[in-house]
Amino acid sequence: MSGTESITEARPGPSAQRHSSHVRLNVEQASYAYSARKQAAPLFTLEATTFQAGEREFVAILGPNASGKSTLLRLIAGAIAPLSGRIELDGFETYHLDARTRAQRIALVQQESPLIFPILAGDFVLQGRHPHGRSLWFEKDEDFAIAEKALAQVGAEHLRDRWMHEISGGEKQRVVLARALAQQPLVLLLDEPTLHLDIRAQIDLLCRLRHLADEHRYTVIEVTHDLGLAAEFADQIVLLHRGKCLRVGTPAAVYQRELLEQVFEVPLGIEAGPAGRPRVIVQGRREEM
Amino acid sequence: MKRLTLRRVLWSCALLATVLLGIVALALRLGAVPFSFGDLGQNLWWFVSGQSEKVSTDFRLIMVDIRLPRILLGIVVGAALSVAGAGFQALLRNPLADPYVLGVSSGAALGAILALLAAPAVPLITPAAAFLGAAATIAAVYFLGRRQGQLDSSTLLLAGIVTASFLTAMIMFLMTSLASRDLRGISFWLMGDLSASLPRGLLWILITGFFAAAGAILTTASDLNVLLAGEREAMHLGVNVTRVKLVVYISASVLTGLAVSVSGAIGYVGLLVPHVMRMLFGSDYRLLIPTSALGGAIAIVLADTLARTLIAPTQLPVGAMTAMAGAPVFIYLLRRRLA
Repeated sequence: MSGTESITEARPGPSAQRHSSHVRLNVEQASYAYSARKQAAPLFTLEATTFQAGEREFVAILGPNASGKSTLLRLIAGAIAPLSGRIELDGFETYHLDARTRAQRIALVQQESPLIFPILAGDFVLQGRHPHGRSLWFEKDEDFAIAEKALAQVGAEHLRDRWMHEISGGEKQRVVLARALAQQPLVLLLDEPTLHLDIRAQIDLLCRLRHLADEHRYTVIEVTHDLGLAAEFADQIVLLHRGKCLRVGTPAAVYQRELLEQVFEVPLGIEAGPAGRPRVIVQGRREEM
Repeated sequence: MKRLTLRRVLWSCALLATVLLGIVALALRLGAVPFSFGDLGQNLWWFVSGQSEKVSTDFRLIMVDIRLPRILLGIVVGAALSVAGAGFQALLRNPLADPYVLGVSSGAALGAILALLAAPAVPLITPAAAFLGAAATIAAVYFLGRRQGQLDSSTLLLAGIVTASFLTAMIMFLMTSLASRDLRGISFWLMGDLSASLPRGLLWILITGFFAAAGAILTTASDLNVLLAGEREAMHLGVNVTRVKLVVYISASVLTGLAVSVSGAIGYVGLLVPHVMRMLFGSDYRLLIPTSALGGAIAIVLADTLARTLIAPTQLPVGAMTAMAGAPVFIYLLRRRLA
């Protein structure tokens, strides 16, 4: 496992020093392949990927479209089994946990799926308590308190009695996050959470996630293609390109102009910002390209 | 946000049970030979309290042998179809799913007819074959309704409608070409009818089957709530999606098969009753399943009472009543959804 070591060593340590916690999530040489049929040549491959994340750590899985970001997130969520390698949460492989136990430890905020019957935001958040109950049970006071607290944590108490199909995209995203918090997980996974939000709602959501990681010891892992926001908020970047994990490390270590230009296929400028966080400057296409 | 408690479930059920009792009393009273409510109560009390020698022959003949079993049958069939409808709606994530619209009722009817033609002497073959017909049809419609691995609402509905019309044609073919055989009429299988007199044993089997299958669906009620948000979401909220889908799929097919084998294909009850209950009590499946069972019983007993008294002495098939009331409401729901 020389790859693991070199990456661990290569990772300069501001985040490690800052948090000094044990490794909660261990992704070790995990790979995956999609194919149309069994036995057929794979249409898409995610090559061996390795990184670790501790509590209070905010990880951004970064890459352009079709780089394997969502596949990596689904592997971590335990929805699909890795072709090789292992993904462990506190020493247990996520794919082999039973659905209920997994949902008590990992919450996934997915891209929006349509609701077919109207539901109140409060009831929606209460669904986050599902993995903690038995099949025919009625929610207890405790569950209501947890759901209420989750709504408060995302600043959405006022949405409790509103219908999900009547609130705005930004509000909906906060309610979905509240449902994930109501699961009381160790790890929060988010699939492009800022995709359909305006810039204010994006910053607001990421500040909340940063705060949740710092104050409530969550491990936050988000999939994103937003270079600027990832640099501003993440402790660790996992850079993917066409199914290959190119670099793992702090934003400062990963954000090198040539590397990012090659991955995103646009000319970029990179400056050192305050607190060692890089700033990305987007430029128009140069003539010769 | 209205909190769901056991108390709320019980009160809602008690309310519907009271309505059901009222309608049952009305259904007992109305008919070719009317009884006053006083007579009805008196005779019923004698009958229940073991003083059956005092019960008049008329009453025994009409009430105990004809009207009461028919009402009981209506209750079980209505409850079974409605719970099956609620189950299919969650399973297929489609608010317009229902055993009749999806062709499941027709599949069950075809299974029952084939069994009656092939081996009429084997006991219990009709409900068993009806169940197999229902299960095969829902499997076929499920696969026909998929598009790029995803269940597509409109494709699914179209697949169901086409399957239903194909199966109906098969039934017509079998019934017309084999008319000399002693089978119940074509309208029984196509429109549904509760006038058949069943052996008492079969009624008990029906009731037991209903409680087993509806109970199985009820145990998945809170999983179904989450499943409505999507299969992937449900999986990440700790639902064993494969198991829940299998339980609901088998149970809803059993319920449809049971209902169709004794009453033919009665339409729209399974579709509309769960919707009305959602409007009245909310869409939480822990409440929706028991209220749908009672609501379905109310709907069928009411429809059947109307069917046999509206143009008495001629009796309409009960399915004609439910379709006349149900089709316009179906259109309304469809339009509202597309709006």
